[in-house]
Amino acid sequence: MARIEAEVGKPQGGLVKWIDDRFPMTATLKYHITEYYASKNLNLWYVFGVLAFVVLAIQLLTGIFLTMNYKPSATEAFASVEYIMRDVEWGWLIRYMHSTGASFFFIVVYLHMYRAMLYGSYKKPRELIWLIGMLIFFVLMAEAFAGYLLPWGQMSYWGAQVIISLFGAIPWVGEALVEIIRGDYSISDITLNRFFALHVILLPLVLVGLVFVHIVALHEVGSNNPDGIEIKKNKDASGKPLDGITFHPYHTSKDLVVIIVFLMIFSAVVFFAPEMGGYFLEHANFEPANVTATPEHIAPVWYFTPFYAILRAVPDKLWGFILFGLSVILPVFLPWLDRSRVKSIRYRGWIYKGALGTFTVTFLVLGWLGTQPAEGLYVLMARVFSVLYFAFFLLMPYYTAIDKTKPVPDRVTYHA
Amino acid sequence: MLKLSKGASALALIAVLVAPNVIAAGTKVSLEPAEIDPDNISSLQRGARNFMNYCSGCHGAQYVRYNTIGKALDLSEEQLIDNLMFNADKTFETIQSSMPSDDAKRWYGVAPPDLSLVARSKGVDYIYNFLRGFYIEEQSPTGVNNLVLEGTSMPHVLWELQGYQTAKFSSHSNEDGSVTKSFEGFEAMNAGAMDAEDYDEFVRDTVNFLAYISEPIRSDRRKLGVWVLMFLIFFYIVASMLKKQIWKDVK
Amino acid sequence: MTEDDLDRNRRHFLTIATAVTGAAGVGLAAIPFLSSLKPSARAQALGAPVEVPLASMQPGELVRVLWRGRLVFVLRRTEEMLARLPQVVDDLRDPNSEVADQQPEYTVNDTRSVKPEYLVVEGSCTHLGCAPLEDFEVRPAEGWEGGFFCPCHGSKFDLAGRVYKGVPAPTNLRVPPHRFVRDDLILIGQDTGAA
Repeated sequence: MARIEAEVGKPQGGLVKWIDDRFPMTATLKYHITEYYASKNLNLWYVFGVLAFVVLAIQLLTGIFLTMNYKPSATEAFASVEYIMRDVEWGWLIRYMHSTGASFFFIVVYLHMYRAMLYGSYKKPRELIWLIGMLIFFVLMAEAFAGYLLPWGQMSYWGAQVIISLFGAIPWVGEALVEIIRGDYSISDITLNRFFALHVILLPLVLVGLVFVHIVALHEVGSNNPDGIEIKKNKDASGKPLDGITFHPYHTSKDLVVIIVFLMIFSAVVFFAPEMGGYFLEHANFEPANVTATPEHIAPVWYFTPFYAILRAVPDKLWGFILFGLSVILPVFLPWLDRSRVKSIRYRGWIYKGALGTFTVTFLVLGWLGTQPAEGLYVLMARVFSVLYFAFFLLMPYYTAIDKTKPVPDRVTYHA
Repeated sequence: MLKLSKGASALALIAVLVAPNVIAAGTKVSLEPAEIDPDNISSLQRGARNFMNYCSGCHGAQYVRYNTIGKALDLSEEQLIDNLMFNADKTFETIQSSMPSDDAKRWYGVAPPDLSLVARSKGVDYIYNFLRGFYIEEQSPTGVNNLVLEGTSMPHVLWELQGYQTAKFSSHSNEDGSVTKSFEGFEAMNAGAMDAEDYDEFVRDTVNFLAYISEPIRSDRRKLGVWVLMFLIFFYIVASMLKKQIWKDVK
Repeated sequence: MTEDDLDRNRRHFLTIATAVTGAAGVGLAAIPFLSSLKPSARAQALGAPVEVPLASMQPGELVRVLWRGRLVFVLRRTEEMLARLPQVVDDLRDPNSEVADQQPEYTVNDTRSVKPEYLVVEGSCTHLGCAPLEDFEVRPAEGWEGGFFCPCHGSKFDLAGRVYKGVPAPTNLRVPPHRFVRDDLILIGQDTGAA
């Protein structure tokens, strides 16, 4: 019975039918693309998911080609990167795309997460999408961290030294854990070799798997929109959401334009400023790792600096580690910390708007502080803003509950 | 259409990123800008000659191939072999220093660093000021010290050109009793073969060459970048016309 | 035509224009990735021409050298070896070196060489790339006139690297580009013409 029903309405004949009898190709395309409905009023904030997908593709493709020429050994790694930059035809382009892609991955993912905070995308029924998304973020951090060791420059080495040493702060098991991560008594050829394995095999596999699950979960409940209204609540006679338009061709044609704009910005960096003033490729990393000399000023790459600033603000190794870990993990609980009746910032009161505004400034300032030396005024600022960072999350159940909200309309706001 | 005003935070993030990250090169001395011109081929040619004559005795540039330099600097194979290749006999070879690194370690305490990437790790201004910053200091084993890298083990290789100079420092006592030494200026002791202006020009050419070898494809990538952006602009026009057309349906 | 028709035509045209531009973009972007697979500057440097001095070579002696990581045989043939070449012609698949690409034009001759005395061939069987063994002993009982023998699948070649009939290898052993710098020095990997 089910089989007969499924065949009704399918394009007749040929290869497509042959495949559809054996694999749900047409059904999958319909479900995820040509008949996936998303609100027609999605704005610029809603493009960063697609852009993250584009960056992932760029990273996988360039990564595979880099792996063909890179050598994961302490004696050869640095030289092999220069070999790629100079001797391999077009190797420089592939490498710059990968290094620029790493930073753009975080730019895009941070903005993607920020969108969720603006429009309450993590709230019911999308909590699981948010949790999977946070997992993706953690894996991405691990992926970036492992990848940053591979060029085996001064910053690679000493950055890894500092971050791995962090785990030594854990009581009892810390030192043992650090040795297991390094596989040696210091960061060495062995560490490099295993970080390479993690960076090119384990973590990308996990990442791709999680992205798949993230999208499946999204398409199950449907995309949120800037009004935070469930478009499935208003359907026409045939069961199509009144405010929804199909992913293809409407959202795809819009996304294509956005992807091209993104590629313009991406190319501008790759071709005209691949070092991005020392933020995307750090100057000290053009010197091979030297175990006997720490560079004078150590800072992680910019995308870790907000959390790094919190770490440094605490004058105690263990508590620094705990608060650092907490600052990374806290966003996981957003769906339960946020007790507002409405999703979108459009219908929230001034308290949440103020809190989110303060948080935005806090995150940017912490990011900037993380690149500065830990001295004088900077330490004081880092402490103040660390408190603000935690306050945003920990006080959220209170201020979102008392915040005055505006009535949410039945239909999304859209002006053609 | 895309609402750009909503991207204000995105722009703020980008603005933070664009602010240049100052190179921490271990100096409190303010650096004079090198003002090199990477597109000036004759400056690069002079720089290559300077490098081969004065630097390559001790420093290698192990990632740089002679034929790459020849192509970028408009040098024929004969010119390359006759003027630059003192330590090599095949044009595809890389620039190796003529000093065995074991000996170098014994003589100077450290092996002279490879210079392939020095312009990217230290910055051009740093090298420009370093090469102009040697001054007489009797106690030092090499007889000189350097304003930019104090206690450097590198001797003043270019003294014949620049001559020797002394550095004037003034001391201030701080409130907590410590003393801050601050640099007041150089004073020429005996003249070299070049006057100050020619010497600066000589160093500038050399630094220009070091910047070139630190990233030989720099000019290629910038040229290609223009084409890529022009293609994307064209693609953008076509794609946004299509988007507008398709979105006519959405009421 | 109604406005709807105009719109439909316009949309059709723009869809194709976008698809073509996108495909061109993907095609152009593929160039760097595919080009990166070619031998790099280092591979080219390591694959530079190889010099083989001949002064100490005895008649009948075979020297093995590596050029671009490939095995190359240099054989100094005796008068007697050269005399045997015409005798086996009838048993060969391509006695006159008619298959192009298996040798530079200047070695398309009876001895497949620049100077008859010196044979330069790649030691890579044209069947599946095994390294042939030399066997210069003449054994009339077996019908063996001396030459090269591939241990993998039994292909046989004569003293000019020409393949016998009835063996798996389809073509003669390849002659790499080479030239005499002096009478006692061969440069393998470089033609007379190239600088």
